[in-house]
Amino acid sequence: MLRLRGGDIKIMEKERGRIMSKKLISLADCCVAFDGELVLDHINLYFNDSEFLTLLGPSGCGKTTTLRIIGGFLTPTSGEVLFDGVRINDIPPNQRQVNTVFQRYALFPHLNVFENVAFGLRVPKTETVEGRKKKVKIPEEEIRQRVLEMLEVVSLKGFENRRITELSGGQQQRVAIARALVNRPKVLLLDEPLGALDLRLRKDMQSELKRIQQQLGITFIYVTHDQEEALAMSDTIVVMDQGRIQQIGTPEDIYNEPKNAFVADFIGESNILDGVMHEDFVVEFFNRKFKCLDKGFGPMEPVDVVIRPEDVDIVPPEKGQLRGTVASVTFKGVHYDTIVDFKGFKWLIQTTDYHPEGETIGIILNPDDIHIMRKSEYSGMFGDYSSYSEEYDELEDVSLLEEDGEGGDEE
Amino acid sequence: MKNKRALFAVPYVGWMALFVVAPIVMVVIYAFTTADGGVTMENFASMGTYASVFTRSFWLAILATLICLLIGYPAAYFISREGPRFQRVAMMLIMLPMWMNFLLRTYSWMSVLENNGLLNRFFSAIGLFTLINNIFGTELEYFTMINTQGAVVLGMVYNYLPFMILPIYSVIEKMDGSLVEAARDLGAGSARVFRKVILPLSLPGVLSGVTMVFVPSVSTFAISRLLGGGTQMMLGDLIEQQFLGGAYNPQLGAAISLVMMVIVVVCMVVMNHFGEGEEQAVML
Repeated sequence: MLRLRGGDIKIMEKERGRIMSKKLISLADCCVAFDGELVLDHINLYFNDSEFLTLLGPSGCGKTTTLRIIGGFLTPTSGEVLFDGVRINDIPPNQRQVNTVFQRYALFPHLNVFENVAFGLRVPKTETVEGRKKKVKIPEEEIRQRVLEMLEVVSLKGFENRRITELSGGQQQRVAIARALVNRPKVLLLDEPLGALDLRLRKDMQSELKRIQQQLGITFIYVTHDQEEALAMSDTIVVMDQGRIQQIGTPEDIYNEPKNAFVADFIGESNILDGVMHEDFVVEFFNRKFKCLDKGFGPMEPVDVVIRPEDVDIVPPEKGQLRGTVASVTFKGVHYDTIVDFKGFKWLIQTTDYHPEGETIGIILNPDDIHIMRKSEYSGMFGDYSSYSEEYDELEDVSLLEEDGEGGDEE
Repeated sequence: MKNKRALFAVPYVGWMALFVVAPIVMVVIYAFTTADGGVTMENFASMGTYASVFTRSFWLAILATLICLLIGYPAAYFISREGPRFQRVAMMLIMLPMWMNFLLRTYSWMSVLENNGLLNRFFSAIGLFTLINNIFGTELEYFTMINTQGAVVLGMVYNYLPFMILPIYSVIEKMDGSLVEAARDLGAGSARVFRKVILPLSLPGVLSGVTMVFVPSVSTFAISRLLGGGTQMMLGDLIEQQFLGGAYNPQLGAAISLVMMVIVVVCMVVMNHFGEGEEQAVML
């Protein structure tokens, strides 16, 4: 609740820091169209050296397409891909200093763990010696050493002779990472690598991946639709939807300063209300003026107001700025998901205190609990928990609804 | 529950016992007996006379299998890389001849390859023979194509090629495309991707294709009779003669069948053994 929000300057510094580090890969105005349908819509994006960057978005948002462009499996319909300032649009994947961890690992089933990891090292490299191009093979001794070293990095020491089919999902995952990293790429691309693992393993692998990235100091470009994963691991998050970049920023920026209703809803839970900005630092919603920390909007400009469910303080009704009725309560372990009805508009409030269904409560919003966004094409699509409570109701016994005499808000 | 379901297997097991196992047992008994029932090894000893038939059969079958592989693998590979519509049409075309009777197809080849058959008449019509005769001073009227080993091999390749293409195609087609991408990602060029990933992973298809072409080829009798004109006697013909032909000797026929079966089984076991260690097979 005591999150520091007066941090505009801090954010600018961070952003400047990102701009000042070395750009490794740039996508300049990249578009991809399949059968005339635009899958990537004028993407402009750069990837820094040694950065853990996550492309985050729902399925079909273009994140995997972006990754495939960088990997060389897809040529953009228009636009440029630059690596260290050199155009690489037409360089095939086998000649790029980039390696990929594929979604379902794509390990070679006919090779054992050692040979899978050694695959890239066994490819003869073309080197220019005294002006002449020569195929150079890495000596067997060096291959052995590098493979074993990498297996140790991914905690698979002693697994060299195992068959791929004998490994668990998590172990296969590690082999896939080792197989990519052993080639010492400048950039590692990861396409939803943890999607097939169970929750526990996924958490372990998240910190493991972060550790490996920091240990090797190379760029990771990570694709996921899991916002928690993105928040936990990334230096920079790029939120995408419908082939467009919605927001680029640090995990804190993205969470605290979502640019539009889509980002606010996709990253964490958000109550999104219609409001009007009266003047700098004053916003009106539910016919009441609230103090906020945002400025720079036009006079009486309609805006989207974001209130995170964990930021709301619940107080006795007579002390609250707003009064509402608890519509439903769900125990979630650490907190209760409490759906509160404010004159027909339902909010999600996360609180550690239990307030039973039907209780009237008051809430207080501090200026730093309120975040203002400009209206966008996503306005009105997200952030209303009326349907949320309906879903909950549907799960319950129908007879309970009849007893209550009212079943959810029907549209 | 489990036992009740097992009942469904009874008809099949009975069928197999009656029409597969029993005949094999009978073949074995025949092979080791004389016409009046005494036990003997004579049937095997007298087989030496037919060594040339054995060699020819295996040689032609191996040749036909190799040619099928050389044609079938690239065909299967390139078909599998095309779009789904092309794949469906191509598979249809490959299967199409199989809807026609086997003998009919082979008869058609006879009329194509005969001395005054379609091909020779075509060559004659375009003046090929006149041209050759003018240049070399020969008196060529037709190419001898029928009744040669070439014709027999052609017949086998033509009839059994689909059995090579189909299993290879289905293995390559099902192969996870991301494996190829992974190999390219790791620096392998197209040739290396094929050699190190696609080929080893398609070996099971190759093995079953080879089996499905080689086994019927080595025991074929109709093809060698029709396209070889009796000059290219193969094991199938030899065995048939012992049971139905003038040289009536079912004991010898059974012995030859048994030996052929053993050789084929040994070949298959050896091949499948290599199939398990795909890497070794690739080096072969």
